[in-house]
Amino acid sequence: MSRTAPRHRRRIPLALLLPALLGLAFLVLPLVGLLVRAPWSTLPEQLSSPEVWTALRLSLISATAATAVSLVVGVPLAWLLARTEIPGRRFIRALVTLPLVLPPVVGGVALLLVLGRNGIVGRWLDSAFGITLPFTTGGVVLAEAFVAMPFLVISVEGALRAADPRYEEAAATLGASRLTAFRRVTLPLIAPGIAAGAVLAWARALGEFGATITFAGNFPGRTQTMPLAVYLAMESEPEAAIALSLVLLTVSVAVLAGLRDRWTAGGQA
Amino acid sequence: MTTTRRRTAVAATVLALAAGLTACGSGATPSNSPATADGTGAAKPTGAVTVFAAASLKGSFTDLGKKFEAANPGVKVTFNFGGSSALAQSIVSGAPADVFAAASPATMKTVTDAKAAAGDPKVFVRNTLEIAVPKGNPRHITGLKDLTGVKTALCAKEVPCGAAALKALEAGGVNLTPVTLEQDVKGALTKVELGEVDASLVYKTDVKADAAKIDGVSFPEAEKAVNDYPIAALAKAPNAAAAAAFVTYIRSAEAKQVLGEAGFQTP
Repeated sequence: MSRTAPRHRRRIPLALLLPALLGLAFLVLPLVGLLVRAPWSTLPEQLSSPEVWTALRLSLISATAATAVSLVVGVPLAWLLARTEIPGRRFIRALVTLPLVLPPVVGGVALLLVLGRNGIVGRWLDSAFGITLPFTTGGVVLAEAFVAMPFLVISVEGALRAADPRYEEAAATLGASRLTAFRRVTLPLIAPGIAAGAVLAWARALGEFGATITFAGNFPGRTQTMPLAVYLAMESEPEAAIALSLVLLTVSVAVLAGLRDRWTAGGQA
Repeated sequence: MTTTRRRTAVAATVLALAAGLTACGSGATPSNSPATADGTGAAKPTGAVTVFAAASLKGSFTDLGKKFEAANPGVKVTFNFGGSSALAQSIVSGAPADVFAAASPATMKTVTDAKAAAGDPKVFVRNTLEIAVPKGNPRHITGLKDLTGVKTALCAKEVPCGAAALKALEAGGVNLTPVTLEQDVKGALTKVELGEVDASLVYKTDVKADAAKIDGVSFPEAEKAVNDYPIAALAKAPNAAAAAAFVTYIRSAEAKQVLGEAGFQTP
């Protein structure tokens, strides 16, 4: 990545520069606005309330749990999409990426209708095991995983496609079963891709709002994550909402900073 | 040669941007035109009126909006229903609304404190709480005390129905842990309708409007938590004449009847 293309000493055409700067300003200015309007003098006070920490802790825990869920089922799913010739694979991939473009609140409605107390699966869970998912922290984790997992699957699938399958074939000729080859050869090979996907999924889960509030409701300490707290604070105390937003902004920037080489560099082979 | 081409490109970009801006501007003009053209004091309102109203007013205001449009040809009423507090915040932040109808004086105060209301808000109805339960009341809920044993949805304390619910629970000495705190009263109601909760505290009018799908249980403590609904035309109303006319209409005898039929108490 230290390789830079030979630079042509050409001036940037104004017709490209102007809209580019406009676009940049459009993306950056709102964040600057957040910093400018932040109630810096009362910030420690705003952030020291127990509600903030409850919401932040719940956010961190549920985003991490959602990432774990995504890893457990997402990595095998990515492998299935990248390394096998199952029928309808392209269709399956389209389905897997659907939550990327689906409005999260639609995902929340769908989850509620399937896993809710009266849902197709939820009714059975309730009667057989006494488990109801809406309005629980488990519900938050599911809602977040639904929205975040595609990021992980896509990332891991990309890593798998970039990894040379001949290593696995070599392992197979040496007597390793397919599962062993996956565990001992493929997984270490694509570990960076998995890590990048996991961080991305975690960040997405952390910011999840629509599916969470629709499926899991809003209750402090149980289902009220940071984005929900921000939204509700905005209805009565905009100052508090700005303070909470700053916390989320800080966490997001930290995540991106950690990811900078993997994701934002783009164009890696 | 390249310079010329570059100039043309710049000019094109600027033109495109200007065209975009003009389009935005002209799009906003119709609602800006005040209805004072004929110069008479009681000018007939025309143009668009944007009304921000509490979610609990949805049914009756939709009705009243149509009636108001019929009585004033050339007027188009657009509603934005939601939690009163969120609506108040967006008005204070500069949302182009003409009229605000809130579900509590406290949320209206957000607007008047910001000097965003034109004149004093007027209370036009009041509303009391009821317990909404699924059809047939399967959990046999008879009062607030029964809510401690079942899954209950409340409104968040930030919105009027939540503030009223807290007041009622306090009055009844009932300490209950809801499963969710919803953003507005319709959210709390939907959760009952879907069967995801066993009960929720909503307005009597919401129970009445949704009587096909849910039942209501009234309880004595509701008397301690009556919500007044104030309405006001807004100081920065894009269409001040129509805003004033709409506020007058909501306080008319005809509107009172519609609101009364919906279950509101009219002062």
